Amino acid sequence: MTAELGHYALIIAFTISIAQSIIPLIGAQRDWHDWMRFATPAAIVQFALIAFSFAMLMTAFVTSDFSVRLVAANSHSAKPMIYKITGVWANHEGSLLLWITILTGFGAAISVWGENLPPSLKARVLAVQAMIGTAFLGFILFTSNPFLRLSQPPLDGKGLNPLLQDLGLAIHPPFLYLGYVGLSVAFSFAIAALIEGKVDAAWARWVRPWTLAAWIFLTIGIGLGSWWAYYELGWGGWWFWDPVENSSFMPWLMATALLHSAIVVEKRNALKSWTVLLAILAFSFSLIGTFIVRSGVITSVHAFANDPLRGMFILGILAVAIGGALTLYSMRVSTLRSTAVFGTISRESGLVMNNLLLAVSAAVVFVGTIWPLVAEIFTGAKVSVGAPFFNLAFTPFMVVLAMILPIAAVLPWKRSNLKRTMQPLWGIAALSVSLGAVVWVMQTGGRMLAPIGLTLAFWVIVGSLADVAVRVKLGKAPMAESLRRAVNLPRSDWGKMFGHVGFGVMIFGISAIMAWEYEDIRTVEIGDTFMLQAYEIRFDAVEGIQGPNYTAARGNFTLLKDGLEVAKLYPEKRRYPVESSPTTEAAIDQTLFRDVYLVLGDKQSDGSWAVRSYVKPFTSWLWIGLFTLAFGGVLSISDRRYRVASAARKPTMSAVPAG
Amino acid sequence: MIKYLLLILMLATPVLAVQPDEILDDPVMEARARVISKVLRCLVCRNENIDDSNAELARDLRLLVRERLVAGDTDQEVEDFIVDRYGEYVLLMPVFKLSNALLWFAGPIMLFVGGWIAVVFIRRKSASGEDNETLSLEEQAKLDTLMAD
Repeated sequence: MTAELGHYALIIAFTISIAQSIIPLIGAQRDWHDWMRFATPAAIVQFALIAFSFAMLMTAFVTSDFSVRLVAANSHSAKPMIYKITGVWANHEGSLLLWITILTGFGAAISVWGENLPPSLKARVLAVQAMIGTAFLGFILFTSNPFLRLSQPPLDGKGLNPLLQDLGLAIHPPFLYLGYVGLSVAFSFAIAALIEGKVDAAWARWVRPWTLAAWIFLTIGIGLGSWWAYYELGWGGWWFWDPVENSSFMPWLMATALLHSAIVVEKRNALKSWTVLLAILAFSFSLIGTFIVRSGVITSVHAFANDPLRGMFILGILAVAIGGALTLYSMRVSTLRSTAVFGTISRESGLVMNNLLLAVSAAVVFVGTIWPLVAEIFTGAKVSVGAPFFNLAFTPFMVVLAMILPIAAVLPWKRSNLKRTMQPLWGIAALSVSLGAVVWVMQTGGRMLAPIGLTLAFWVIVGSLADVAVRVKLGKAPMAESLRRAVNLPRSDWGKMFGHVGFGVMIFGISAIMAWEYEDIRTVEIGDTFMLQAYEIRFDAVEGIQGPNYTAARGNFTLLKDGLEVAKLYPEKRRYPVESSPTTEAAIDQTLFRDVYLVLGDKQSDGSWAVRSYVKPFTSWLWIGLFTLAFGGVLSISDRRYRVASAARKPTMSAVPAG
Repeated sequence: MIKYLLLILMLATPVLAVQPDEILDDPVMEARARVISKVLRCLVCRNENIDDSNAELARDLRLLVRERLVAGDTDQEVEDFIVDRYGEYVLLMPVFKLSNALLWFAGPIMLFVGGWIAVVFIRRKSASGEDNETLSLEEQAKLDTLMAD
């Protein structure tokens, strides 16, 4: 019964969604307030219905109801409970339902927290939100129904790809979708503003927290996916420029650009039309990403041809949403002229450069991702575009971005003097370059990757810290005053610092791993010891173990340094009988300065085992950097000026509690 | 007993990336092989190079690369040899030629055009003279109400 209830709920939500895309829009046009107000309860009811539907699907998975086709195809009774739950979205239909649940969740959130929005803007935003919902509900109902029953239920399910049976991977789609779909809010606000013909500082202030929220989730989602790849795939790679990864990275780059340009609209009432365009493009990349992942068109043109209905449906949604939005934009953009004036050397110009670099780098990723498809369609040639291309074509943009970041971030608004702005930064720049030179000498020449990476990382990190240090007069004023200034510094300024420092820390981690990784591949007999740089690794034993739904060979290794035990390492080779495929579970000893990464390979004919081991320097810094980046976003979103007007007027004295 | 059964089961699993028995004795040549392997695609995998791949075909290709190196080929000759056999699809970074000039130039072109537009925009913004009030009075009033929280 549950599956049918879920299906009905979806159908009802679909009809509400259609009404919600039309009625408030007419109301806003004619200034009929009761028509406009329809959007608010409609969005909430729609979310409730879809959340119910999602709960019904989850029930089917949790209770292993194999009469539901989706459950039979993707689950198994012996699977641990957590992977029964996460299995709900580890497939096409379920992940779409999650997508829509989150979409309508954002709609409901706007309804509830959008009390301070002008009624017509709110009505239009919710109507656009409902249009997206209608399209995807149609998609799920007509092509990808998760609630289909089987007339002859199997005794047990087919199971879930063992690679997906991992906590890091299992929980990352919800974060990614919160990010992807969260950008729909910025999109809806952009469309509503185009219809109204008005973009102002207040608009930017409403859009920015939603974009920030989406960006934080996207950052965490990408980070979790990357972390999963690092420990699960068996050689410690963390980014592959895979089309699926790229489809989450493009919206992230655009959202990052949007976050920055919205500041200019908010503070200076400039860059309006560009910001609206960015909001449209950011969500367009989310839709394109959804298309790439869900249609399988990039991974194989044949996957698309096998099930053309789904692919064509999403392609239709893409064409209408992106084409429609851009047409509306071109018609209305002239109403968005801004009068603000700023000098060639100013924070505004710096942010324009930021946007240019981020947008073009996103476009490069886009071209590289779709190139194999384009080439095959137009020339018939099968080509690959992989990591070597992206490393070469994408990295320069980030290098330039890192070079200008500390300068642009401290430039005053409107007009400024480069000489004066640079004054406190010269020392840091000189230090950064000499650090790079020292590294270059120490590694006795060779690749420039580490010296350049370290120079940039130091420059970005210290430059961002120095900005705050200058502002709180650290060392220039008594400690008490600096502290008071630090407490009074807006949270968004702290967010900016953490965000930029996080970026710098990531640059450091990435350069260090790429430049200084050490690898060792060999066969080892049980009882033997081998050297890995300064470490010794002793191979103690291999034991067979029995997991809940897998069997595994587990190696027992001891990591030693100077004869002293540092850690015990237990890498596994697992085998999942239901899905009949293996996975490797690397053993990692992690510290702030290096990861020792150990993988157990195959048993050789002479009884020894293949063992791969790595020393990966400063890998933790990559994750720390990512976390710091996201934390910067959290601080910014908690800034009090984004909680405006939702609360009644309070005296301005109420100080912000210290972060 | 079950332990040994499990161990036997393990033997049936596919091989894992570069195997100890593949590694060449000459470390310089092995290093060259690793570099070449990073730009060759495992044809049956999704976006994976042969160095990282667990597939049987990737192993064959890795051995082939080493075979050619031992036979005295330069790095370029090895790549050409593999491309001749498997087609351009095997290269993870497409070689530059007219048909994919757009792929290679997309970034620089967009940067140039975008940069040009940005410069013109900034010039115009700064040319329009002294700074004037950027928010209209009405907008400022609205902002003030919002800020008054």
